[in-house]
Amino acid sequence: MTLRNSSPGDIARRLWRSASVPIGSVLLALLIGAIILIVSGASPVEAYRALFRGSFGDAAALGRTLEKATPLIFSGLAVAFAFKAGLFNIGAQGQLLFGAVTAAAIGFMIEGLPPLIHAPLALLGGALAGALFGAIPGMLKTYTGAHEVITTIMLNYIAINLTDYLANGPLQDTTPGNIVARTPAIEASARIPAIGAIPLGFVIALLMAALAWWLLWHTTIGFEIRTVGLNPSAANYAGMRVSTTIIVTMMLSGLLAGMGGAVETQGIIGRFQPGFNVGLGFDGITIALLGKTHPLGVIPAAVLVGAMRAGSNLMQFNADVATEIIDVILAIILFFVAADSIIRWILRTRAVSEEKVTLSTGWGQQ
Amino acid sequence: MEGTIVHTPRPSSISRFLRNYGVAVAVVLLILIGSGISYSITPLRTTAVLAATLRASTPLALGALCGLYGERSGVINIGIEGQMLLSAFTAFLINAYVGNLLLGVLVGVLTGAVMGLFLAFMSVTLRMDQIIGGTVLNILAFGLTGYFYQQGLTTPGKLQPIPLGPLADLPLVGQVLFNNPPITYLTLLLVALSQYVLFFTRWGLRTRAVGEHPRAADTVGINVYFMRYANVIIGGCLAGLAGAYLTLEQVGSFERMMTNGRGFLALAMMIFGKWNPLGAWGASLLIGFTYAFQTRLQFMGTIEIPPQFFGMLPYLLTIIVLAGFVGRARPPAADGVPYEKE
Amino acid sequence: MSGPLTGEPLALEARNITKRFPGVLANDSVDFALEKGEIHALLGENGAGKSTLMNVIYGLYSPDEGQICVDGKEVAIRDPNDAIAHGIGMVHQHFMLVPVFTVAENIVLGSEITRGPTLDMRQAERQIRRLSEEFGLQVDPQAVVEDLAVGEQQRVEIVKALYRDARILVLDEPTAVLTPQEADDLFRIMRQLTDRGVSIIFITHKLKEVLAVADHITVMRRGRVVGTTTPEETDEQGLASMMVGRDVVLEVDKSPAQPQQIVLEVQNLSVQDERGVVAVRDVSFEVRAGEILGIAGVQGNGQTELVEALTGLRAPQSGRILLDGREVPFHNPRYLIEHGVAHIPEDRQKHGLVLPYSIADNLVLSTYYREPFSRGVQRRQRPINARAGALIEEFDVRAPGAFTPAGNLSGGNQQKVIVARELSRRLRLLVANQPTRGLDVGSIEFIHRRMVQVRDEQIAVLLVSAELDEILSLADRIVVMYHGRIVATLATAQATRDKLGLLMAGSGL
Repeated sequence: MTLRNSSPGDIARRLWRSASVPIGSVLLALLIGAIILIVSGASPVEAYRALFRGSFGDAAALGRTLEKATPLIFSGLAVAFAFKAGLFNIGAQGQLLFGAVTAAAIGFMIEGLPPLIHAPLALLGGALAGALFGAIPGMLKTYTGAHEVITTIMLNYIAINLTDYLANGPLQDTTPGNIVARTPAIEASARIPAIGAIPLGFVIALLMAALAWWLLWHTTIGFEIRTVGLNPSAANYAGMRVSTTIIVTMMLSGLLAGMGGAVETQGIIGRFQPGFNVGLGFDGITIALLGKTHPLGVIPAAVLVGAMRAGSNLMQFNADVATEIIDVILAIILFFVAADSIIRWILRTRAVSEEKVTLSTGWGQQ
Repeated sequence: MEGTIVHTPRPSSISRFLRNYGVAVAVVLLILIGSGISYSITPLRTTAVLAATLRASTPLALGALCGLYGERSGVINIGIEGQMLLSAFTAFLINAYVGNLLLGVLVGVLTGAVMGLFLAFMSVTLRMDQIIGGTVLNILAFGLTGYFYQQGLTTPGKLQPIPLGPLADLPLVGQVLFNNPPITYLTLLLVALSQYVLFFTRWGLRTRAVGEHPRAADTVGINVYFMRYANVIIGGCLAGLAGAYLTLEQVGSFERMMTNGRGFLALAMMIFGKWNPLGAWGASLLIGFTYAFQTRLQFMGTIEIPPQFFGMLPYLLTIIVLAGFVGRARPPAADGVPYEKE
Repeated sequence: MSGPLTGEPLALEARNITKRFPGVLANDSVDFALEKGEIHALLGENGAGKSTLMNVIYGLYSPDEGQICVDGKEVAIRDPNDAIAHGIGMVHQHFMLVPVFTVAENIVLGSEITRGPTLDMRQAERQIRRLSEEFGLQVDPQAVVEDLAVGEQQRVEIVKALYRDARILVLDEPTAVLTPQEADDLFRIMRQLTDRGVSIIFITHKLKEVLAVADHITVMRRGRVVGTTTPEETDEQGLASMMVGRDVVLEVDKSPAQPQQIVLEVQNLSVQDERGVVAVRDVSFEVRAGEILGIAGVQGNGQTELVEALTGLRAPQSGRILLDGREVPFHNPRYLIEHGVAHIPEDRQKHGLVLPYSIADNLVLSTYYREPFSRGVQRRQRPINARAGALIEEFDVRAPGAFTPAGNLSGGNQQKVIVARELSRRLRLLVANQPTRGLDVGSIEFIHRRMVQVRDEQIAVLLVSAELDEILSLADRIVVMYHGRIVATLATAQATRDKLGLLMAGSGL
């Protein structure tokens, strides 16, 4: 949305009104997390201190946070983007896996390319793989009426099995002595480097967020996507092609997720190894909602979740708290963000009159 | 096709039955015929596969019933996976520490119920988006079971098959139907009972009314919120039982993410079965059969197919079934729509 | 006609009822008295507070102030259960029936007969048959409700109330979906009920019906009771000015049509509805430039599907549609929009508007991709806003500004946004389906004037309406639809209410 005739005070007020619920949710979730920690015999002060030090404590920690946040921005964007068309893409996980394995394959199979060609090639290959995998639920929805929530979940399990097979079979690392299911390391030319302390992948993620924002609010395609999301009947009435829009949206959503997988392969892991990117898809749901399903809101949300993920190892080491407490806290955050009336009531703020998409209206026909 | 609006010919009761239960009938017939042929060739293996089919379908059928109670009253539940997982965990913990299987099962059921209560609170009272509400359950269960998981914890035993006297000695059917552990028996009873409750009792009539047209139910004095809460909690109990089945009857121990998508598959089975308990059961048998078949083939090890291809079979089949055969099934009209009193 | 019986306590009395909603005073110290065995009409425009008052009486709303007495005793009605217990039954404007249930299931719902835990539907069906014979209300207990015509569904609703021993019956806009003859049937049934001691509150905005059937008439306006009168003391003009608060012109002012060349020609069109049932059969007609063709018919006789086929929202089974002599592709709204077809849809909130969008965005909903509103794929907000400002002015949309979400507007202003959007394009044909349903008199007058103006600009107009008065006052020619067929075509001069009513009910001339 473009801001209209707004003074700085206006903007600040509006920003506070839309950020108050996410911030309140995070604080409340940390509080409940602390209670769980106390109940299970751990010290919340110690745990949270370690969590903070491990994520923002020094330059290395900050680098880890940005590194963790990078794929999360992509998966959050993927979920948020689909939301705008009224689609719930629970399949970001699967699309991400395909992006990761494709980028790895392009990364290690092709040799002798200059980095300026090889790295973008692998990135685009991963993005394309994600887009194609994302198109499947879109087409299933428009042509057969099968609901994307169920098909994307099923496709996640299929993706896990297929990529697992690839890493165990045709694409397996055949270095003597290797018994792990993984691909060979990608060529150096396919790697996405860091610029100083900032991973280049993070910068790409920011650019994609800006691009998604521009696409949604400043182009005719974005107008079609948002109209389909808010009222598919009216979109049809106004001459928009609802089916095409649904498929295109799912492809773009899958493209974002697939690119996230590719960035992780090329920028962090350096190869594809099953089990290394588990959970990114579900985090994407929390991040999308925490960012109020706005592409730019996704960025701080992903950094926050990335920080928690990055700091959780130190937390386990220093305070002996299992890293899964982060999942519990994220679930509680998701709950409070989605049930915004609770935080609103606590903070006494009014709801922002914004475009709200309803997702669950039965499994049936559009 | 005479007279469109006023006198649409009423379908005969047989065609209506087939429309609702065609899936169940077809699946049961297919399995019966197939197993008859197969039994005449290799009786032992056939028996083993069929018995495994019934057992593998148990958590799916229970999960599908869970989804069904919720959706028939108008609440979508994609948190079945999480309900199963957390219940499996608590049931296992109780059995590991107390050593009482029955108590374990009860705690599992209770866990499911509490999660059902939470889902009902989110979707009925807070009017949250129900798919997000279910996702909260899933992530929460994933986190809690991971956080409290203890390596190397074992249980003293699991639920054993109870042969039903001489019935168990019948060839084929005896082993398949009358020599099962308790939750498997109970599931068959619950499927039949649910069919009766939904379509032949006051509770069922009111539940369906609330799921189809809540305002109409409200205007004749039915408490929509209560009915939705109650049905979602009943569903939670069933998902909890499915969780207890996994740890206490099937495996005997708890592993992370051990539900492995069964809760989601169950939801698809509910849709495939057109929101009818018998239909959902038939659909569950079909997927249960793929599980049993895949274990059998891997066990025999004669065919060179990567195990991952078997692993994705149930999910692939579910997509094909949802896309191809069901087409546009008709869910309860108010499914997923929060009710607001005026 | 049975006059009011003096001396007996009132069947129902509402005293000093006040109900506030955020920003609206829906009922402002309303008094209402219903005598035993009478038909008491409650008359008012949409939004006058009639439904609020009835929902208070039926326990769906709790009033902020006031009391309700039944049979002279004050009662507390907190929910519909209390209302039912005090013998109050209500037939809602939008029927409260579960479409997939049988008639019997719908009737017993909430007051089921059981044997042990099992439903006893046989017993229920017997009781329903007995009731329907006693009151002369034919219903088939085993029929599935969604297969029934609206008139039958209405009978089911009445039986449902009687099954709960209702002695006070509230009928909310019961004739909106009936032909004049069906309405007469309903009035006969209402008389039979009052003869058996039932008291009836009859909510409506149709003046003729009130004068024909009511014993007393209470008129509401803007949440207040304006007054109570009887048919003997007033007439249509009098009631209309009570309702609106000023003198109302009941007739639409227009000159005779001057039809020119054929713009829309429909040949042998057949269309199916959602369930695959043929809803439009072999329909042919044409609309000429400079005329308004009215399609009359009871709701649900294929008009919706016909309009959807003509505007590209639904693919017909067979037939041809020609626009200016050229065959148009099926199921392609954009083609039609680009070739000058405007559409005022039946359901403005479902099809016509994206409620969370601003007025400005709604005004370019079908032209957003064209210059000057976009260049390439990039949207240009400035021309969009400029256009919005001009149209808001021209079409008298009452709103704080162009950025106000359409969802915040009143029904009348929402409809004006749609009309503004549709009429501001290059126009050859206007298809208007129930363009004034649920609007206040001011908006109705405005939209009627605009439609005549469009006609006079030599544009073809197709008007579908369930309101016979609207058809009779606007249309130059009328076709009548019944069971998906066109059963008659006649010039408006030759049409009378009775004649149209008979045709709409399927009886030939």
